[in-house]
Amino acid sequence: MPAETPPLLEVRDLRVEIPTRRGVLVAVDGVSFHIEEGEVLGVVGESGAGKSLTGAAIIGLLEPPGRIAAGRISLEGRRIDNLDAEAMRRLRGRRIGMIFQDPLTSLNPLYTIGRQLVETILTHTDLTERQAREHAIGLLAEVGIPSAAERFDHYPHQFSGGMRQRVVIALALCANPRLVIADEPTTALDVSIQAQIIALLKRLCREHGTAVMLITHDMGVIAETADRVAVMYAGRIVEIGPVREVIEQARHPYTIGLMGSIPLVGHDVERLSQIDGAMPRLDEIPAGCAFHPRCPHASERCRRERPERIALGNAEVACWHAGELAGRGAVTAGVVRERRENRNARTGDGRPLVELRDLARHFDVSAPWLTRLFSREGRKVLRAVDGVTLTIPRGTTFSLVGESGCGKSTVARLVVGLYRPSRGTILFDGQDYAKLDSHAAMAPVRRRLQMIFQDPYASLNPRWRVAEIVAEPLRAHGITRDRVEIRDRVGALLRQVGLSESDARKYPHEFSGGQRQRISIARALASRPEFLVCDEPTSALDVSVQAQILNLMRDLQRELGLTYLFISHNLAVVYYISDYVGVMYLGRLVEWAEAKSLFRDPKHPYTRMLLDTIPDLEMTGRRRAPVAGEVPSPISPPSGCAFHPRCPLATARCREMRPEPLPRGDGGEVACHAVAENRLPERAPRETPLRQEAD
Amino acid sequence: MIGRLLDSDLFYSFSRSPVTVLAALVTAVMMGAAAFAPWVAPHTPFDLATLDLLDAFLPPAWMPDGDPRYLLGTDDQGRDVLSTIIYGARVSLLVGFAAVFLAMFLGVALGLVSGYMGGMVDAVIMRIADVQLSFPTILIALLIDGVARGLLPRDMHEEMAIYVLIFAIGISGWVQYARTVRGSTLVEKRKEYVQAAQVIGIRPWLIMLRHVLPNVMGPVLVIGTIHLAIAIITEATLSFLGVGVPATQPSLGTLIRIGNDFLFSGEWWITIFPGAALAILVLSVNLLGDWLRDALNPKLR
Repeated sequence: MPAETPPLLEVRDLRVEIPTRRGVLVAVDGVSFHIEEGEVLGVVGESGAGKSLTGAAIIGLLEPPGRIAAGRISLEGRRIDNLDAEAMRRLRGRRIGMIFQDPLTSLNPLYTIGRQLVETILTHTDLTERQAREHAIGLLAEVGIPSAAERFDHYPHQFSGGMRQRVVIALALCANPRLVIADEPTTALDVSIQAQIIALLKRLCREHGTAVMLITHDMGVIAETADRVAVMYAGRIVEIGPVREVIEQARHPYTIGLMGSIPLVGHDVERLSQIDGAMPRLDEIPAGCAFHPRCPHASERCRRERPERIALGNAEVACWHAGELAGRGAVTAGVVRERRENRNARTGDGRPLVELRDLARHFDVSAPWLTRLFSREGRKVLRAVDGVTLTIPRGTTFSLVGESGCGKSTVARLVVGLYRPSRGTILFDGQDYAKLDSHAAMAPVRRRLQMIFQDPYASLNPRWRVAEIVAEPLRAHGITRDRVEIRDRVGALLRQVGLSESDARKYPHEFSGGQRQRISIARALASRPEFLVCDEPTSALDVSVQAQILNLMRDLQRELGLTYLFISHNLAVVYYISDYVGVMYLGRLVEWAEAKSLFRDPKHPYTRMLLDTIPDLEMTGRRRAPVAGEVPSPISPPSGCAFHPRCPLATARCREMRPEPLPRGDGGEVACHAVAENRLPERAPRETPLRQEAD
Repeated sequence: MIGRLLDSDLFYSFSRSPVTVLAALVTAVMMGAAAFAPWVAPHTPFDLATLDLLDAFLPPAWMPDGDPRYLLGTDDQGRDVLSTIIYGARVSLLVGFAAVFLAMFLGVALGLVSGYMGGMVDAVIMRIADVQLSFPTILIALLIDGVARGLLPRDMHEEMAIYVLIFAIGISGWVQYARTVRGSTLVEKRKEYVQAAQVIGIRPWLIMLRHVLPNVMGPVLVIGTIHLAIAIITEATLSFLGVGVPATQPSLGTLIRIGNDFLFSGEWWITIFPGAALAILVLSVNLLGDWLRDALNPKLR
């Protein structure tokens, strides 16, 4: 590319400030990068890194009081950061498109999608109304909306989440902008939809020659999509370069740590490498290199002077020690990764601790009786869980995976007694827990099973001090009433989960998300339970914090001989933590087996599809089966095998008869007619990962 | 503790709003004066020994014929209007606060139970609330007042009047609290900290009291403040209509009613000053309530 052509987008020394009454917070500090025509630049970072604010600053949508305090932003060589609101408005949509995270709120629910598209096209182009309509229908077809002409006049609520995000993409592309800023475009979507949207975005941008600034926290999405990647930390770009180079030979200690803390399917490690601590809050960004308090290589210079970006290979890195660290790879950060061996010989004796037999929970979601009477409709029953049978041996981790609406969280809530089963039994240590009905009868079992929740911001009572929160189970179960003993035990619990005793006096809001999850774990451990149900315990956390929590859970399991029921939609996390994995689809367990065995040789077509949705962080270029369709409504599930509308192997029998579980041959089970009839196609085994362990 | 209060966002938003500061100041002065009436008021208007009928109908001090002893003039019985206002505000505020606490207690308890229990309990409580909402507040208060008068022996009317009034205003105001608390309870109930308590095995009433209640009280305080203004107005209305507190223990409403008779004979100060005091008090409390609502609602920030 000739040097005199200015890049499509150039950002120089961008500084975004948020004035507050306690002083000015610098949310984005000295950020410079450029995007070439047709290039996909991934911007990755954990929450609070300033990546979304950078995007908002470029498109002129910074929310007041946030403001651009310094630097310049040029589009096609023309400065755009000082444009007035009207000029910026004309630029948005025509030259720069925007895709937001939440497809629910980025469409106006009162207008048909067709009207929203045509309106946008008319605003930005000279097409006539008729041409605009044709263009819009063409776009809808292009983004993969089936029978686009008919759906043109539908309202947003008539589309599923994935389809809505497709409409949002069509909307962003309808004036043929040169640049699209996509802010976490797949975060709110299920994994199978996420894979479809990433593929769509990639194809469209290639075809239209549109450049993309892809903002995400998910390295996997970046690896799949981006040409170059910028890694942000505390408002600064710490590393920027070609995606393969950054991922495979990360040079900044933060990138190295970040890459090491991502669990990978196929990588057997005893512990994830972890970066201790968390991203600093905006009001306490450290001097010098902002990463130095968490950095294993920090020197005196890092504490004093702020590193500028220097070129290293094709990448640029802002680190005083980048030269020394280069090429040492992900393995060097923090803890050494060990090979994981004989995992089943960990603690348990193989005896079952929890057994679910034909467990079901149905919810009545009917309209009120008067409405039913007038509209002549019957009762509606949501079969959230419909006959799940599984056994969890002592001292092991059994994980349930599946997309939203598959009933995995309902199973978790049934097991801890938050819901009563509609059918079936829950045996805890041989005792039918679900049949106990008096408060007193349940108490001894309650003490032995506890739960860890998903949202660290909602799972702690904001008005209680940590000491009270952690002590609640002690008091409730009458374990001890002695003040001194309670204080000692709370202190011991906090130390056990990696907090300090003095934290007991604080309130939850004084902690970060990861620390709160530790408090939540301390509370769960207070009554010395044997069994912990963990409902998506890390899905609200940043990757580096997720690694800390997963490691902690592993350590606790080993020390205390805990048994886990682990609920997650993240297959890599599940691979890391589990001994057994069950795959759920629309309230049923379609396949379960020992974790390694299931991931190595998935049999059920749905399991295979799920595994194919895992973003390819290793960039093997492995060809994958395209993911089809979306999860149907659990209120009216398809007949026969519920997966048949999405299944490439479906036959008439699948549509009519529900498959029964069959042995997989490795102790696990799979419920699929194709397996029973032996017409399952061979699946290419996972290739050996590129990024090998160093040892 | 005080340092933390002064540093809080709430205090910051308070100090940034001059209208609110003024309203708080006025409210504090009026409440203080009412609370310490015997020490603050220049006269003791209900001590017959100090009254002199010769002082009746004196205009405010700055008018011709005004007497410097009576800043805002005197009424038909020679009582100092300023002092009657201070003592009257005392009754008005007493009734107001008591009624608000009664309504708050009832409403919060019923709303909490309704929201947490759901099902039939919820349906019954909320239908009662709906029925009550379909009657004007003043009508319900009048009804309760009438029933109470009918049931109580005649000689107890005078001394019980104030309690009947508190009860009537309190009962007619619980619905708002119940609905708000029910709504917030439904939200809090779904949060994971409540589920965590359920998993631990805490009994439902303890969860309601210790976990949910503290987290739904924010909006209740806002409603409480605004309700205080409404309760004072309702009390004044009832007293003005003659079904409120007896003339021996006049509230601001009673004073306005008494003065009303003299409005057209030229002695305007007897009714205008209590009226103005009532208006200022209610306005200040209302402004405080509005500010509190905005300050506690992050959406409006």
